[in-house]
Amino acid sequence: MLKNLTLGQYYPVDSWVHRLDPRVKILLTIALIVAVFLVHSLVGYALILAFMYLVSRLAHVPFKLLLKGLKPLRFILILTFILNVFFTASAEETPLLKLGFIEIRESGLRQAVHFSLRLIFLVISTSLMTLTTSPIQLSDGMELLLSPLKVLHFPAHELAMMMSIALRFIPSLLEETDKIMMAQMARGADFESGNLIARAKAMVPLLVPLFVSSFRRAGDLAMAMEARCYHGGEGRTRLRVLKLTIDDLQAALWVLVLILLICAEPSLLPKAWLL
Amino acid sequence: MPDPMSIEVRDLRHVYAENSAFQSVALNGVSFTVNDGDFLALVGHTGCGKSTLVQHLNGLLKPTSGQVLVDGEDLNGEQVDRRQLRMKIGLVFQYPEYQLFEETVAKDIAFGPKNMGLDQKEIDERVRTAMEQVHINYDKYAQRSPFELSGGQMRRVAIAGVLAMHPSVLILDEPAAGLDPHGRDRILGIIRDLHRSGTTIVMVSHSMDDVARLATRVAVMAHGTLQALGTPREVFAQTELMAGAGLTVPDAARLCTALREKGLDLPPDLYTQDELREHLLRLWKEAAPC
Repeated sequence: MLKNLTLGQYYPVDSWVHRLDPRVKILLTIALIVAVFLVHSLVGYALILAFMYLVSRLAHVPFKLLLKGLKPLRFILILTFILNVFFTASAEETPLLKLGFIEIRESGLRQAVHFSLRLIFLVISTSLMTLTTSPIQLSDGMELLLSPLKVLHFPAHELAMMMSIALRFIPSLLEETDKIMMAQMARGADFESGNLIARAKAMVPLLVPLFVSSFRRAGDLAMAMEARCYHGGEGRTRLRVLKLTIDDLQAALWVLVLILLICAEPSLLPKAWLL
Repeated sequence: MPDPMSIEVRDLRHVYAENSAFQSVALNGVSFTVNDGDFLALVGHTGCGKSTLVQHLNGLLKPTSGQVLVDGEDLNGEQVDRRQLRMKIGLVFQYPEYQLFEETVAKDIAFGPKNMGLDQKEIDERVRTAMEQVHINYDKYAQRSPFELSGGQMRRVAIAGVLAMHPSVLILDEPAAGLDPHGRDRILGIIRDLHRSGTTIVMVSHSMDDVARLATRVAVMAHGTLQALGTPREVFAQTELMAGAGLTVPDAARLCTALREKGLDLPPDLYTQDELREHLLRLWKEAAPC
């Protein structure tokens, strides 16, 4: 029932991309996002699309899965597009199209294309990271990247621990929700019909047990951590020590090439092609 | 007295998350029939598909292929009102105490009957009987919060919540898991009484001794398929098949096999403690005639 959630879900296969250092993957994802915002033409967007498609092939992650991750965003995408088309253009410009009070201008259309494509690639690039990096690796990478800030008393370890616990419990909670839902359906509960109020009321038999079990889990986990002498990040060693490899360097180089190409866009392409 | 009802499973197959990296085949061609009045025990190693199977028996899961027929009618047919059917085929999940949610025990048990659209008088009546059936004192506990009870009591309240719907078939997924011996005996006693009063029972269990004591038929599952189906005597005599499914036979059957290997003249298919004791006493008397 609740299993079609792509954003933030690890896709457990073995690939070159999966084996990259999580720190590198996080940094490169940020670099990719920056690159998306530097694009000036449709050619640039095509380049990014091609790059992401190649990465997904390299990672053995079906590209369809990435596109599926966009589905929950479709309303935001449509809204972004429409708002930009109508409200960002200057009124002085002559409209391309006029239908009654609706006026579409070129600059508005450009803005709309820009913003919706940026949003799409933002989601695709972050999904690429989360699909190829397990939650544990992700929070390990985060912690190491943020650890220089410890000097400023920034709680890098605590944040990473909280994040990995939260991520760890998402599937458990989904599973639990599914189970309680089925158990209540076995007692004749109806989650699917009725008006808004009836449906909200029908959620009570689901939410109360879910809350109760979340608190129980939290208590159990705290107890288990304490029983194993957890006392925060100080002096803690790791089971898997992250090491940079030649592959990580290679990945960084490819992203660098992409960014350079995108930066060079205005000088390489005819002016009319730029958005 | 519950209405008679039979469930037939035909070549049932269930695949989780088909066509993805998470794909896993939980059931692969399972067929069997639950007759009216049966006490069918489903046994098998963890992850063999028992829980998936029972969730098909009242239409909570849809088969990938194959059919579940209730009184000859396909459970997943278009005209079937599955919500109505679920009230006739009660399903008690694993750790059912985690589904309790109401402010009072009585209200929680009334959830099922209320969903059936019964009137208040009938509901009160049913709550009272269901609590009696699970040996929870109505006057003492009906107005208490279910979260104040002990684990065993919570489990019994949760079972009462299903019993209050008066199901013809009661399916229980490991009803005694995680309870102390006393709580375990209580739950199993309740289930035995229900079977005696005419309810058809399907019970998933890990304890072969419980199965030996209660079941009229045993189904052995492994890797999503049915390995054996028969009376406990037939099934427990097949020690090798049981071992292949990652299961042990009841203690009495194991003791019997060991004694036979030592040369004692015992029949090969003993499986309850009572039978074994009788045979041993007979041998004892024969060996020492004075």
